[in-house]
Amino acid sequence: MHELSICSAIAQTAMDHAGGRAVRRVRLRVGHFRQVVPDTLTYCWDLQTRGGPLDGCALDVEHVPAVVVCRTCGASTGLTHPILVCGACQSREVDLVSGEEFLIESIDVAEEVS
Amino acid sequence: MGRFHRHADGTVHSHSHDHDHDHDDGHDHDHPHDHRDVGDHSGYATGVERVEVLEAILGENDRVAAANRAELAGHGVRTVNLMSSPGAGKTSLLRRTIPALAGRLRVGILEGDIATSIDADALTDLGAAVSLVNTADGFGGECHLDAVMVRSGLTRLPLADLDLLVIENVGNLVCPAEFDVGQDTRAMVYAITEGEEKPLKYPVMFRTADVVVVNKLDLLPHLDFDLDGFRANLAAVNPTATVIELSARTGDGLDRWLDWLTSVATG
Repeated sequence: MHELSICSAIAQTAMDHAGGRAVRRVRLRVGHFRQVVPDTLTYCWDLQTRGGPLDGCALDVEHVPAVVVCRTCGASTGLTHPILVCGACQSREVDLVSGEEFLIESIDVAEEVS
Repeated sequence: MGRFHRHADGTVHSHSHDHDHDHDDGHDHDHPHDHRDVGDHSGYATGVERVEVLEAILGENDRVAAANRAELAGHGVRTVNLMSSPGAGKTSLLRRTIPALAGRLRVGILEGDIATSIDADALTDLGAAVSLVNTADGFGGECHLDAVMVRSGLTRLPLADLDLLVIENVGNLVCPAEFDVGQDTRAMVYAITEGEEKPLKYPVMFRTADVVVVNKLDLLPHLDFDLDGFRANLAAVNPTATVIELSARTGDGLDRWLDWLTSVATG
């Protein structure tokens, strides 16, 4: 259960990039192999932001599939289980090219009043 | 031009809404206005601007971890982040390790626990400098150590007099694997009482470890434990891990662990 401290870090980064403007939405990219439960994350986000400067700010969590590329045959394989193996030739000489993302991609902020 | 449009080029321009279109948002606006655009204007009514961030969620932790790493390196200290589930034998292993390394390496321990000084007390007077971080004490009772907690613990250690620092993380097979604390290498203790399927159930922890210590091997005759099955499961998630099989209780197999720590400290 480290979702609360993760939400605290997300909130800080979002405010740092908002330049004092209200943040309406935060978009995350979370790889399949990260140990974060999206529902728990959004629940903790509500707890973290309630009553503060980010109250009501939405949190979008984009799930990024885990993919390995084989060094032997070059095939790409999507993985659901954490066993790093090529689906085409069964080689274990593979590189994980996605699935470990843990990124704040963008935020939506209110436009400045002119 | 519809209500939804994108400006992908980032240019600054003005335009008036002199064309016919309906607003379904209950108001009309025909004023000219500027867009300093970055991305997606999905609605004038809400006046929202998308700002690209592209920053690691734990970026601030990673920056502090890098500072810890630099400070430790500046003192010539090499650091092991030691992780495991509760009760796997981290503290028992360190009680064996500290006296065995006396005269070989100057060892410091940064002891992480949610509460109590039980483990820190168990490691006192063995010849190592010990610094305790309780995560319940100002760090929200976290189930892991992060870089800021380790930074606070480092201030209570005589870094200039150490060769090797072992950070005994909070007992937990999930969260500690996600947080860089500034270590040079990661080791985990796994006890054969935990069952051979654990690498598949907690793959991030087992994959993040450079060394997996397989502990409580003295219990092997008493358990229905499939050691080969465990080795295969570990190899499936982490084929490059160094595996050291030992018993912290009897001391059997300890030499390989001590040699590995020595190679870390002098490498």
